[in-house]
Amino acid sequence: MSATTDFTHAAFTQWLREHKLMGVRSTASQYVTVPPKPLAPAQHECDMEWVSLSGKGTLEAFSIIYIASTTMIREGYGRDHPYCAGVVRLEEGPAISAQILGVDVSHPETIRVGSPVTVEFIDSGEGAQRRTRLGFRVGV
Amino acid sequence: MANRKLGRGVALVGAGMSGFGVFPRLSSRDLFVQAYLEMLGTVDKGISPADIEAVFIGNFSSELFEGQGHTAPIMTEWVGLTPRPSTRIENACASGGAAIRQAILAIASGMHDVVLVGGIEKMTSLPTERVTDALTTAGDVLYEIPAGFTFPGFYAAMATAYMARHGASAEALMQVTIKNHDNGSLNPKAQFGTRISDIIASKKAAAEQKGKPVPDWADERAFLSDERANPSIAWPLRLFDCSPISDGSAALLLVAEDRAKSYSAAPLYITGSGQSSDAALHSRSDFTSIGAARRAAAEAYAMAGITPSDVGVAEVHDCFTIAEIIATEDLGFFEAGEGHKAVIEGCTRRDAVRPVNSSGGLKSKGHPVGASGVGQVVEIWKQLRGEAGRRQVPGGPALGLTHNVGGTGQTCVVHVFERRS
Repeated sequence: MSATTDFTHAAFTQWLREHKLMGVRSTASQYVTVPPKPLAPAQHECDMEWVSLSGKGTLEAFSIIYIASTTMIREGYGRDHPYCAGVVRLEEGPAISAQILGVDVSHPETIRVGSPVTVEFIDSGEGAQRRTRLGFRVGV
Repeated sequence: MANRKLGRGVALVGAGMSGFGVFPRLSSRDLFVQAYLEMLGTVDKGISPADIEAVFIGNFSSELFEGQGHTAPIMTEWVGLTPRPSTRIENACASGGAAIRQAILAIASGMHDVVLVGGIEKMTSLPTERVTDALTTAGDVLYEIPAGFTFPGFYAAMATAYMARHGASAEALMQVTIKNHDNGSLNPKAQFGTRISDIIASKKAAAEQKGKPVPDWADERAFLSDERANPSIAWPLRLFDCSPISDGSAALLLVAEDRAKSYSAAPLYITGSGQSSDAALHSRSDFTSIGAARRAAAEAYAMAGITPSDVGVAEVHDCFTIAEIIATEDLGFFEAGEGHKAVIEGCTRRDAVRPVNSSGGLKSKGHPVGASGVGQVVEIWKQLRGEAGRRQVPGGPALGLTHNVGGTGQTCVVHVFERRS
């Protein structure tokens, strides 16, 4: 895989399978973005490089979801097994959507915007079928 | 941003809609025919179909909802306008507003004088999970969907961010629901033509009739806080915070300003048009406001030469209750963080200083997504012409606004309409 030069979803997903949260950075402007995009918006620099992200951030918005998408229904979630989806602002600046772990979904009023979170990779399936989704855990 | 003006003026001379609701026997083309015929009946001085030169159709996803692509020529055929050029515009739930803007640009450019705009969506043939999935495609399927987001989930996330920053409570969300159901109860085209108090009374009566324990909700807030009566969909949003899954269509007739009086005794003039785009929700700096709405509104206000306080009646995109509160701030009706207080104080009621969603909004009227932005204009048409009947905003407003959001705010389209005496 030419993940070092292809700033694609396929490359990002490959990094996730390796339990790495990667963004891209413009070498000239030092602009960091995730999800990865091949060019930086302001000056259209095409000098991006992959950069390893700390995986630390802050929960900025969230919801406890009862009526799940079919993606999450396949993972066993739904009305009787709700889950938390959120947006995490990373230390490096950009924010990304992820499942939020380590929260009491039956008491959503206890979950705080502003909570520090740490990346956690959510694997499902085995072997070649293994896929990895992005998660963040509160309170570690 | 430069203050752009249209190349020539554009007027609205007709507006109609089908009912919004669940219509198992009607496809989108059937609904469009209903909207078109009602629209023709609103053209005061009549119009020959031969005058209509082009058709723009707002539609989000006839492929996913009906298994039908290439929808615009079909709509055009069904109203007998083949072979006019016919184009579908897709910007998720802002498809209707975007179609209106394209019609405006087609007229302002001088290419056409008389243009038909339609909005259509037929959503109720699919089970709810598949509708949820179809709507989710208006987000980023590569990066937002794997997180588990759904559309109620996105707006719920905005609600948690808004509540955390501004100290808002669920009370404000409930007041949006109560107000919009009150307004919708006066709209014969609304999907939910019932006030929350009527729903409570009918549920109590039903329990009594069946000999079951009668629920003891003291008022609307007690009912809306009851998890059994109003279950969580995506906390903090519950069922009654969400617009419904709907079928429906709306149609407008736009003409060059110098033709307006030949069709209409009381045309409306489209004096402002704004549209903006944005990144996926997570790629924005602020989750408590929709930047595309602020930019679209600024563009439309500048073009029209007005300020927010000039707006006498507004239809805003209340796909979820929190969205209406945020919209009233993005449009400049209230300062950031004040919108939740304003709705609790009743400032957005039909008879108050800033009437919002006199039609019942998407919440009560229904949200056939591609039709919603066009349907908003039907309400402004009625309100500015004094034809809104029992839900008429008092004082004879002369200036109306529509605010139509696509997705979580990746698109917003704002239009300003004026009645001239």
